[in-house]
Amino acid sequence: MRYLPLTDADRAAMLDVIGAKSIDELFAGVPREHYLTGPIEGLPRHASEMAVERHMARLAAKNLSAGEAPFFLGAGAYRHHIPASVDHLIQRGEFLTSYTPYQPEIAQGTLQMLFEFQTQVARLFGCAVANASMYDGSTACWEAIAMAGRVTKRSKVLLSSGLHPHYVSTARTMGRFNGDTVEYTEPKLTAEMDFAALADAVDGETGSVVVQYPDILGRIADMTALAEACHAAGALLVAVVTEPVALGALKSPGEMGADIVVGEGQALGVGLQFGGPYLGLFAIRDPKHVRQMPGRLCGETVDAEGKRSFVLTLSTREQHIRREKATSNICTNSGLCALAFSIHLTLLGEKGLRALAAENHRLACLAADRLAQVPGVGVLNASFFNEFTLIVPGDARQLVRDLADKGILAGVSLGRLYPDGDRRENGLIVAVTETVTEEDIEALASTLEEALA
Amino acid sequence: MPRYFSEEHEWIDVDGQTATIGITDYAQSQLGDIVFVEVPAAGTRLAKGKEAAVVESVKAASDVFAPVSGTVTEGNAALEDEPALVNTSPEGDGWFFKLTISNAGELDGLMDEAKYKTFCESL
Amino acid sequence: MNAPNAGGWKPGTPEAPTGSSGIQTVTGNRGLMLEEPLIFEIGGADTCGVDFASPLPLAGGAGGGPVDSPTPNPSREREGNRLGGLARSEPIGLSGLSEPETVRHYTRLSRQNYAIDCGIFPLGSCTMKHNPRLNEKVARLPGFADLHPLQPEATVQGALGVIDELARWLIMLTGMHGVVMSPKAGAHGELCGILSIRAALEARGDARSVILVPESAHGTNPATAAFAGYAVENIPATVEGRVDLAALKTRLGPDVAAVMITNPNTCGLFEREMKAISDAVHAAGAFVYCDGANFNAVVGRVRPGDLGVDAMHINLHKTFSTPHGGGGPGSGPVVLSKALAPFAPLPLVRQIEGGFELIEEEDGVEAAPRAFGRMAAFHGQMGMFTRALAYILSHGADGLRQVSGDAVLNANYMLRSLQDVLDAPFAASGPCMHEVLFSDEGFADGIATLDVAKALIDDGFHPMTMYFPLVVHGAMLVEPTECESKANLDQFITALRSIAGRAKAGDESLHQAPRLAPRRRLDETLAARKPVLTFEG
Repeated sequence: MRYLPLTDADRAAMLDVIGAKSIDELFAGVPREHYLTGPIEGLPRHASEMAVERHMARLAAKNLSAGEAPFFLGAGAYRHHIPASVDHLIQRGEFLTSYTPYQPEIAQGTLQMLFEFQTQVARLFGCAVANASMYDGSTACWEAIAMAGRVTKRSKVLLSSGLHPHYVSTARTMGRFNGDTVEYTEPKLTAEMDFAALADAVDGETGSVVVQYPDILGRIADMTALAEACHAAGALLVAVVTEPVALGALKSPGEMGADIVVGEGQALGVGLQFGGPYLGLFAIRDPKHVRQMPGRLCGETVDAEGKRSFVLTLSTREQHIRREKATSNICTNSGLCALAFSIHLTLLGEKGLRALAAENHRLACLAADRLAQVPGVGVLNASFFNEFTLIVPGDARQLVRDLADKGILAGVSLGRLYPDGDRRENGLIVAVTETVTEEDIEALASTLEEALA
Repeated sequence: MPRYFSEEHEWIDVDGQTATIGITDYAQSQLGDIVFVEVPAAGTRLAKGKEAAVVESVKAASDVFAPVSGTVTEGNAALEDEPALVNTSPEGDGWFFKLTISNAGELDGLMDEAKYKTFCESL
Repeated sequence: MNAPNAGGWKPGTPEAPTGSSGIQTVTGNRGLMLEEPLIFEIGGADTCGVDFASPLPLAGGAGGGPVDSPTPNPSREREGNRLGGLARSEPIGLSGLSEPETVRHYTRLSRQNYAIDCGIFPLGSCTMKHNPRLNEKVARLPGFADLHPLQPEATVQGALGVIDELARWLIMLTGMHGVVMSPKAGAHGELCGILSIRAALEARGDARSVILVPESAHGTNPATAAFAGYAVENIPATVEGRVDLAALKTRLGPDVAAVMITNPNTCGLFEREMKAISDAVHAAGAFVYCDGANFNAVVGRVRPGDLGVDAMHINLHKTFSTPHGGGGPGSGPVVLSKALAPFAPLPLVRQIEGGFELIEEEDGVEAAPRAFGRMAAFHGQMGMFTRALAYILSHGADGLRQVSGDAVLNANYMLRSLQDVLDAPFAASGPCMHEVLFSDEGFADGIATLDVAKALIDDGFHPMTMYFPLVVHGAMLVEPTECESKANLDQFITALRSIAGRAKAGDESLHQAPRLAPRRRLDETLAARKPVLTFEG
């Protein structure tokens, strides 16, 4: 077996040192009735690399990948062009096969990278401190709610109707078990968002208000007044960013007063991957809350010779020390994805991210205008970055399936995201990134026209 | 001003109804470099034996218990910027919090300096 | 210059410290060990390593546009208006590098890391086995890597097929009834398992308040239980390091919801009475959660389902070789017993005629009426599923059985080759499993486990797990895994024997270790007292 270096001679020599006659003897402590005497039946035996590759390639071939079709899906996961060097660098064995940097003297590569990553995220979000990443945007979101609960000692949570429904579902699941009261209504198909209503609803029992920016329908709104209303009531404002490229064009939530900013970093460096592994981003505007933050934190220090170094710090918040009093049970972060994000953002830099954002928005405007020309189709949004919602005649979910049969991946229907139709079945969320060409837009528009005729 | 000691290595100075509480030199030497101290807010009601504060070193977080019951009047604000005071002056400037004693009888169960010294030697 | 780095040293500083080699260099570099500044110190706001088709920023952007800014453009203004009046006016503060500089920056950083690819990584409870490159290749097939999670089901049948195939393997290997594939990591899987138990208890109107956890358990166990709303109590251990069944039976009662057991336990010992434990727990109306972190010891030889386990998370990044990546991402599917399977959270992949379907919220009501909710967005760590499946198919049932055999063999070889120089508290109670536990008993005064670990670094090894489990003083937990050759083991054993000797003799030079690593010991106190968590230059 190619991954197992021991030879039979090795095994014999080692058993000799141990004083056992066989490997089975080492398992003598397992009660006999529970010890399997041979390989589990009904499962295949080992296979060559070639055979495994063939098997997996066959499964891969059964999928229609984003690169094979005009592609317009977003709704929390975005397809951007990842520069070739990113994937090569993350596959360096010293990054790919290294561990959590608990021995910092031999992990400065990981630690310095995390310090750079934390700085990039904090600046992008307009915040003071970011952590070294969490599993994904949805879990970062409920961790933010939990943190706000610890800080305010309140258990009522208001979720904006614009929050991604999977994030809502996750927050509600956790809230159910935490005893939180989670208030939420599904979005109405209007251009206006619910920030004013949320500002009215915040009261002395609210721990946090959670908004998404841009929201699930692609809408954008100013959260400054809402932040002020939250602070006046002693609550925290949590802003969720599922498309970080948007911050190349838009004001950051931190600038507008959001207290905790979380997000999904997948769009930069990580790729679609059918839903995971992704990258949770977590930052706080005011550094005084740092000891309530979940997740790993990397900080600067010096070594015994005075050389600048980096180390995981404030670890007493975490599970391996605090155990049942930890700020979270989280153990792993999303290290390799954080590296990919950071490399991509380094290649882009300030100028590149802003140019990328401009290009996304430009193409999205083009697409929105072209699609609005399709008879019966309207664009819901007054504002959007690279994603907007179309209102189409009939069932958008079936339309998406029909267009997929014709080789076009047209977007995400609201019917897919929301359990009960409730007048939302006409909604179709369309994302347009720099990977979309004008030919793709034309293909979508004309195929849509045909399908609706 | 009498000073008493608990088996959890807290010291308590009593001045009338007011007590000042901290951890002993023995305790700080066991904990190592202190990096952070969480003291209770003024107004907090504490029961004897319950958690009152948390003291953190790099690798550990330890609870500090209230040696007597009472209401907190002040937490030591100096510890926020200088947690190292607990290492350098544990029984002086590194005090944790002051409280108003609610049950003076609880002091009877505590040790005096001599008894505490003997207690530490037995550990 | 800031509080931790008062001296202001940074890479490239001409007057570099002398270093333990006694040789001073101009750059601070030492041969192949290259220092590397932060991107914010070498990059710039105008530098970019990516080319665009239309490179011009939006009108109104601050921070200085490119020299060849266009004249005002009506469509560009209309674009600005569609941003809801929230166009960015302040610079972000990012630094960019060209591609060559980027590649060099991260290459230099990588070379300051130790990794499995460099040598033995004997971290107990982490299972640092070889990460096969076949895994990387198949995960990157565009048919997997370039799929959006919300594409119509008909376009992702192969992906759903991967999830289903891996799920079946996990169920067969563990002898359980169902599996939740969506948890993002081991701790997330623990939470999923405990919440399934809570949902099951609530469904029968029997909410309970306490979970029992051994003191030797990994920190995530009590943290998870507390997060799920339970009070945590200790289960005592016998002197032999296993769960004290009699004490457990005494404690079980109508307020206990579950026990969380690791088997083999964190001392490297198989819990022989596991079935009796499970029977007692079930008789008391509670559930058994098994932490699957140590599954590498028994995969292919013991099925947790046979031992009465109700829920167990599996760390794909441990037993099934998905890469640790410097701290993540992981993946933590949870296998469930028949009693708990109905409460599994969404989403689920189900086989139907002609293919597979994904059960999400909208059909969950009928198909999975008692699902307790959702753990995270989308469907789980697909990138880890493809990798783990490739690993499992490569080994097959016979190969996986050999994995646990060689893992246990290697650990026992370590134990018997070191027990005369290092105290192994459980050496007398029989063979260990896939990891071996040593204590600092016998070290001279003033020498600690930390010093031994740092000395191993100078000999070219990553240290073992230190100070875990808590039940042994100065714990050193060594897990070689099945992927180490006898020669590698012998080299490690020789080094550790020598260092142990020095520890017992009170060799003060151990306090200076490491001397040859890219950094000496770090001032962690300073980092915690005056946290500097972002670049402030």
